[in-house]
Amino acid sequence: MKGWFGALLVAALAVALLFLILPIVAIFVDTQPQDLVASLGEEGALEALRLSLVCSAVALGIIVLVGTPAAYLLATRRFRGRAAVVTLIELPLVLPPAVAGIGLLAALGPNGVLGGLIEDAGVQIVLTTAGVILALTFVAAPFYVRQAQAGFEAVDRTWLDASRTLGAGEARTFLRVAIPAAGPGLVSGLALAWGRALGEFGATLMFAGSFRGITQTVPLAIYERFSTDFTGALALSAVLVALSAALLLSVKLLSGSAWLGGAAR
Amino acid sequence: MRRAAVVGLALAVLAGCGGDDETPQLTVSAAASLKQAFTQYGRDLPEARARFSFAGSEELAAQIEQGVKPDVYAAANTKLPQQLYEKGLVERPTVFAGNRLVLAVPAGSGIGALEDLAANGVALAVGAEDVPVGAYTRTVLDKLPAAQRGAILANVRTEEPDVAGITGKLTQGAVDAGFLYVSDVRATDGALEAIELPDALQPDVAYGVVVVKGARHPREARAFIAGLLDGEGARALERAGFEPPPAQ
Repeated sequence: MKGWFGALLVAALAVALLFLILPIVAIFVDTQPQDLVASLGEEGALEALRLSLVCSAVALGIIVLVGTPAAYLLATRRFRGRAAVVTLIELPLVLPPAVAGIGLLAALGPNGVLGGLIEDAGVQIVLTTAGVILALTFVAAPFYVRQAQAGFEAVDRTWLDASRTLGAGEARTFLRVAIPAAGPGLVSGLALAWGRALGEFGATLMFAGSFRGITQTVPLAIYERFSTDFTGALALSAVLVALSAALLLSVKLLSGSAWLGGAAR
Repeated sequence: MRRAAVVGLALAVLAGCGGDDETPQLTVSAAASLKQAFTQYGRDLPEARARFSFAGSEELAAQIEQGVKPDVYAAANTKLPQQLYEKGLVERPTVFAGNRLVLAVPAGSGIGALEDLAANGVALAVGAEDVPVGAYTRTVLDKLPAAQRGAILANVRTEEPDVAGITGKLTQGAVDAGFLYVSDVRATDGALEAIELPDALQPDVAYGVVVVKGARHPREARAFIAGLLDGEGARALERAGFEPPPAQ
């Protein structure tokens, strides 16, 4: 890091870091510890926290269950239209949450494309907890599938071939060789998807509405407090930051991958 | 030399972004229910170009308390402007319009009266307690017998942060009914129908507007407000279904 170019790189990193952590630091600077405790005691706060955790956990379960084999297929098979499929799966990554909300309504809302079918089946999605889970699944799934695909692609093909040569079936190879080998990639995808799900706001509000204990997750509760109780909103934000950071860190530590030190392979 | 020219150009572009051309840019923070009327009024203001930020009145007031400085703030009640005034953040409030709270249902709905809302399985959208439309709704419900109020509240499925959220949930069929202003229903061009509330239940819906202290264009802001009381703004409000300000 010598010369003006090295200095430029350092300056750029310093600016980026400062800009990205300043709002997060501000949340904690403006929050007294007693406010934090008090905000959790407020009506609706714990409910929102519980709802956020439950909904994001269920959404993650669905994502892992469906996303892992889907990502494995994308990583290990070449077929016509594969690039298009990959692009379509990644599309929600770049969609604004409001578009996700409108899209979910247009697809699954009572007046939506599948609305009639869903109603005939006697299922309620819009404005229910199930709606929240769906919204979270929609926005968070691509984060996982993408990372999982990269994880599987990085697995040495000779291992998979060897496993099959030694008599393990396709399914056994997937479960016993591919998944453990792609572990760090899967886990980092999980962490990203979970963080995204915890923070989801727009699609939830549009598709699932905002009702305490039913659909009001932490971000919606923060928004509700913003107008009347800025301190409470800050405190609840601090809780969400802490929770997300703790999730990220523990997932990273569990995976044993050197996420903080290097890139996911 | 070339580098200096690039930097100079960049600075000029940056300066141009915030620059005042001849027509001043008037920033107006307004209650979501004012969207149609204000957008129409703002289209051909004589002295300024208007830029609107529509959201829940409460949220916009919170922004002003956090130091955001639009030129004009218009709320769906008189309480919020008055509170900002008492905190010294805005000039003296003016009441400029009235509205009526109605029961809004999708066109062709089987719901015909307030009593129908208490039935089992009816899904309702209301404004959150802190937004004016939600506060007015609770004023209405508070005048009902406790059993009926309880049954209606039990049917509430979502508490929306502004009228746009309620309208959206209604037009998408996510709920069967909601409480809105009559002007919101009119703005949907027939997608929604308004069911009038009994006179005894009707709350006094009054809209207050203020010039924000420290506004960049106070003169144009005052002209904007004057036009709401008597001029193009008043006519746009009337066309959108608003009523004259209630007598104080």
